[in-house]
Parts: sequence; C-alpha cells; structure tokens
Amino acid sequence: MVNLQTSWEVRTLSQRASEALAGGQLGLTTGYLFAGLAGLAVFLAAMALVLVYAERKIAAHFQCRLGPMRVGWHGILQSVADSLKLLLKEDIVPTDADRFLHVLAPFMSLLAAILVLVMLPMSPALQVADVNIGVLYVTAVSGLGALGILLGGWSSNNKWSLLGAMRAGAQIISYEVSATLSLLVVVLFSGTLQLSKIVQSQADGWWIWRAPGVGLLAFAIYLIASVAEINRTPFDISEGESELTAGFHTEYSGMRFAFFFLAEFINMFVVSALAATLFLGGWMPFHIGGLATFNAAMDLIPPGAWFAAKSAFLIFVIMWFRWTFPRLRIDQLMRLEWKILLPIGFVNLFLAAMAVLFGFYFFPVQ
Amino acid sequence: MVSTLEDRVRPPAAAGGPLSTQEFFINMGPQHPSTHGVLRLVLKLDGETVREVIPVLGYIHRGIEKIGEHQTYRQFVHLSDRLDYLSALMNNWAVSLTVEKAAKIELNDRIQVIRTIMAELQRIQSHQLWWGVLGMDLGAFTPFLYGFRDREVLTDVFEETMGARLTMNYIQPGGLMQDIHPNFVERVKSFLKYFKPKLAEYEELLGGNVILQERLRKVGRLEAKTAVSMGATGPVLRASGVAHDLRKKEPYGVYSKVAFDVPVGTMGDCWDRYWVRIEEMRQSMRIVEQLIDNIPAGKHLLVKPAIVIKVPQGLYYGQVETARGILGIFVVADGTGYPYRIHLRTPNFNNLWSITAIAPGLRVADLVAILSSLDIVVPDIDR
Repeated sequence: MVNLQTSWEVRTLSQRASEALAGGQLGLTTGYLFAGLAGLAVFLAAMALVLVYAERKIAAHFQCRLGPMRVGWHGILQSVADSLKLLLKEDIVPTDADRFLHVLAPFMSLLAAILVLVMLPMSPALQVADVNIGVLYVTAVSGLGALGILLGGWSSNNKWSLLGAMRAGAQIISYEVSATLSLLVVVLFSGTLQLSKIVQSQADGWWIWRAPGVGLLAFAIYLIASVAEINRTPFDISEGESELTAGFHTEYSGMRFAFFFLAEFINMFVVSALAATLFLGGWMPFHIGGLATFNAAMDLIPPGAWFAAKSAFLIFVIMWFRWTFPRLRIDQLMRLEWKILLPIGFVNLFLAAMAVLFGFYFFPVQ
Repeated sequence: MVSTLEDRVRPPAAAGGPLSTQEFFINMGPQHPSTHGVLRLVLKLDGETVREVIPVLGYIHRGIEKIGEHQTYRQFVHLSDRLDYLSALMNNWAVSLTVEKAAKIELNDRIQVIRTIMAELQRIQSHQLWWGVLGMDLGAFTPFLYGFRDREVLTDVFEETMGARLTMNYIQPGGLMQDIHPNFVERVKSFLKYFKPKLAEYEELLGGNVILQERLRKVGRLEAKTAVSMGATGPVLRASGVAHDLRKKEPYGVYSKVAFDVPVGTMGDCWDRYWVRIEEMRQSMRIVEQLIDNIPAGKHLLVKPAIVIKVPQGLYYGQVETARGILGIFVVADGTGYPYRIHLRTPNFNNLWSITAIAPGLRVADLVAILSSLDIVVPDIDR
C-alpha cells in the first residue's frame, strides 16, 4: 500500500554472502560471513563499553557529580579497566548451586540479546540478516532472556536470588504482551513483518506521527513495556538492590556477572533500536511528504547516522528514567500491565486496524 | 493493630489444597543494603508477602551505658553522640540538660539560643539525609546525592565552629565547648537562603512523583493507639496523629519563645511520615530564622572546664526531642563526679519495634519503605 522508494536498496550481509556463493566466489562468501560474525562481536564489546561509560557519565551529571575522571581523558578508559577487573576476578560458584545451570544462565541471557541484534537494520548496507518474519522473530527471541534470568536465580540456591528470578519471570512475560501489541500497530500500518521494509515504509513520515494518534500511543506503550522487559528502573524489581540485595545475580561475580551486565546494556540498545526502527523511521532520514528540497537536504546525512542518533536518543531517555524514578512494587507493576497497559493496547490496536482499513493516516503517498 | 500470635502462625492460603504454598524464613541483614547498618530482620515470608518480622539486635552493641559509669558527666557527652550520630548535638544536649537540672546549673540566654539553633540545624541535616536515603531505598538513587549535597553545606558550617563533621561534641554541662565561629551567623543565613528553594526541589523530584506516592500512601499504617502503646516518638508518632512534641509540651532551651508549628499526620502511613519530616525541615528553618539575628551577648561556658561536676545523690531524668523522637537519660547519682548508673531511653529502639505491628501482610518492598520511613539509626538501637 505504500510506495517504496527505490533509492533505498537493502543489501544485507547474508544476502551478499549468498550472492557471492552463487557467483562461485567462495573467498568472498567467507569474508562476508566472517565480517558479519566478527562485526557483531566487536560491536557488542564496543557497545557495552560505550554504554557503560555513557550511563556512568549521564548518571553523574544528573547527580551533580563528575563521574569517572581518572582513567584516561575524562575517565574514557574506565569501562575498559572495569571489564579487565571483572575478567581477572575469581570465578565463584556457590557450593550448593546447580553448577551446570548456574554457568549456563548468563550465556542464555546474552544469547537472547545477540540473536535480536542480528536482525537490526542499522543502515541499508549494514544488516546481518533480514528475514520476512522479522518482528515475529524479534519478539520470540527476546523472550529467551527471561529464561536466563530465571535459571540464574533458581540455580544460585539463594532465597534472594529466587525471589528476584520469580519477579523477573512474572514481569517479563507480562510486559511482553503489551510490547507485542504495540508492535502490531506498526505491522498493520506498514503491512509487513520484515524490518527493512518497515523502515522503507516510513520514507514519507515516521509511524509515530503518521499513524494518527495510535502511533504515538503505541510508541509510549512500547517504551514503557520494553523498559519493564529489560528490567530497568522504574521496573527493576528483579534486581532491586535495596530490597533483594542484587536479585537474581546476587551469587554471580566476575565474568558471569559481567555477562548479565552486558546483556542488560545490549538489551537496552536493542530495545531503543527497535523502537527507533519501528516508530521513528530507523535509518530513514527525516522526510516531510512533498517538500523535495528539504527531503534532499535531509538525505545528505547518511542513514547509519540517523539510526545511531535515534537509538542514542532513546537510550538517553531510558537512562533518564533510571536516574529519576523510584521503583514500583511487584503488585503495582502487575496492575499497571494487566489493568492499564493491556486494555489500552488492545483498544489502540483496534483503532489502528480501523485507521488502516479506511486508509486514514497522515501524509498519504501521492 | 498489633499482630497476635494467631495471626503469625496463620496457615498460608489454601493449605493442603492444590495451590498450597510453603512459608520460609529469610534473613534480611545484618549485611543488607537497606537495613541501614547492622540490623538483622528475620522475615517469615509467604512468597512476597511478609507474615512476620523479628528484629534481631546486638550487632553493634558497645555497652555505652556501662562505659558511662566510669566517665565523668562531662566525659559522657562524648559518648552520647555515638548513639544516634545524626542527632549528635541533641544527644549532647540531653546529657547536659539532665546534669544541669541535677547539679542546679543556671544558664544564660546566649547558651540557650545557640543550643537551640544548633539543634534545629541538626534536625534539618538529619532529615536531609533521611530524605536521600528514602529515595535510594525506593530505587531512586539521585535523591541520595542531592540530600548529601545539601547536607554538606551544613556540615561545613558545623565543622567551622566545632571542628567535627559527624560525631560532634559541642554542648556540655554548663554551656558550650567553644563560642560560635565569627562566620557562623553569616553562613547559616546563606544556608537558609540556599536551602529554601532546594526543599521545593525535593518535593518536585521525589514527593510529587506518582510512583513514590503509590509506594508510600496507605502503606504501613501505624494507628495512634498502637504507636503510643509501642512507645514510638518523634515524627513516627506525630505522623500517626498524636501531636506530642517535647519542644511544645515541655519546652527546654528557648523553644517557648519562638513561633513554630508541629506538623501532625492523619493516617499514620509512610506518606504521613514523609510529609511530617519535610514539614519539620520548614519549621526548623523558621525557628533558626527567628533566632539567628538575635543571639544575645554573654559567656559561652559558665562552669570552668577543670571543675568536675558533682551531682547530688538521687534519681534524675532529662529528655529532649531529637530528630527521631524522645531521647531520655536516666541517671542514678551517688553524689560523686561519676554516675552510679545511666540508662538511655533511645527513640529508635521503640520506633523500630513498631515494624512488628505494621509489617505483617505487606510485601517485601513495603518493608523497605517502612524501615526507611521509620528513619532508624542502628547504633542508637543497640548503644
């Protein structure tokens, strides 16, 4: 229903690899696949370091302090030093813990985050894989994270961890419903589940304001629900350091703790990037339908920069939440989801379906 | 309602049924982020629901009452600030007040006014810290640093006059240890000017937040009757609707000469305790404002430091309203320079035990909110 602009041709890394394979260039195929994998690994590490540093600096400035200042210029190497410390720490598994699951849990948590990362369209040329059920895949895979947290809490043989894990399980499963409902609004409007096509469908305006009202509401619901899904304040009850000491990762230390930590930050990025992709146009530059000169000027900024800027803004908003809000209680959290967000989500989805049915959205394509 | 034994051993929901659950015990503390020191609470939990709370004390017992028997009355002042370190000056005052009453030492106006100003400044300081810690206990870390930032200003003022920042010894039987610093009046005035808008900011950042109100309103209701029977005092008692403030009921210092209101809550829930303390900061500033320009001239110490104060034989009791409630000091004197026996009635001990009455039936997270709203200082409980 939406006229796709042909200038934004998407070529994913996996697509390039298979093209090379069809052309008989085995070396190039391996190169592309390796670039995809190694790129992801490097990206993960870099992203975690940058986000940890950003979080500490942002928190510090919210709190009238300077934050890390000693290691490197303005403490820029602080997260490197911290990760080195975590790498070198003694690896402790409690005596009565379920050793296998205890070791497995952090990897499960991280795996979920990485698997989603594969799908993210960062720019037309930078996307590892692009399947036609992208949104479905993302919602399905991100649920795996809950498993890691549940296993980690249960296998630690610690009552505080168990309480944290139970909280996390209930919370993540509940909020996933709302998050998915709000994603469906965009799926309805764009008429596709493929992430790159969703981005391309926003060439004439982002769904957050092009879908009249429902887009904005869906964005708000998604933001709230996904902050809850990734266990960040004000929904960080599964860690809740003032209640449960450290929640599900009380018994984790050293590298395994770092993996949980890494997963949290990657999840934050994934959630922000997804919100940017679905509601804020992803790598698509800011366009206003009909204003050709303005649109051309916006196109000068590379798509990758648009994507990074939008994601960074949303990450900042999530950090802003964390350093401002107190924490909700478990029953209030459940009430917010099942009695407030879920009904609103359903009504919103219905309204969105009506809007699509009657072709009522802003800036229809000529 | 005080929970009875039947309440406590009540079987969990649907015992024996298909959804029967098991109660379990869990130790909160002595090393736990929100027990504010080395307090240990043994919790009996049914899932997230608290069935019973048993505070276990003694992890920071230092035998201050016993040590007091081997100290002169002046020396004991230096132990009193180790009780509730956030009300150090008020604790000093309690000791001095009792000894002065017993030894019949008359004070001049300058001493009384300065003591009152110091006590009220410290009340503000103590509540600033409480406000920050409350935020942190409820998951908002930023208020903690805001509270400490503003507390720092007052700490500097205290440091200039008395040389210490936390365990301050300033008020002693017969007067004050030193005169106020020449900058004192000016700096206190600039603090008042600085802190008034900050208090409004406190309200905006934390008090006006809907999540905080959800967490505090109707949580941990302490009925007036229970509060009185538990011996709770200070903001905890006043939040329950009992307007008992020693500064009004049995005025000491110059409290009878200054105008101030005693904030009283209606519900006795955590929110009332929050509100009472915020309002107390305003009232304390009001008191300091009235006094700071009118400090009379005079000597700051009426009994020479070399003189050992002797208290005639008898039983003496003195009490002051600290930031957390009534600190009572009971002295059995045998006519020498040393007390025969000293007993301390500390506010936090009673305030803490009211948690056994209000926590059952609430969630673990509520327990943290209640603990924070009771504003306990553990060394004051164990002493």
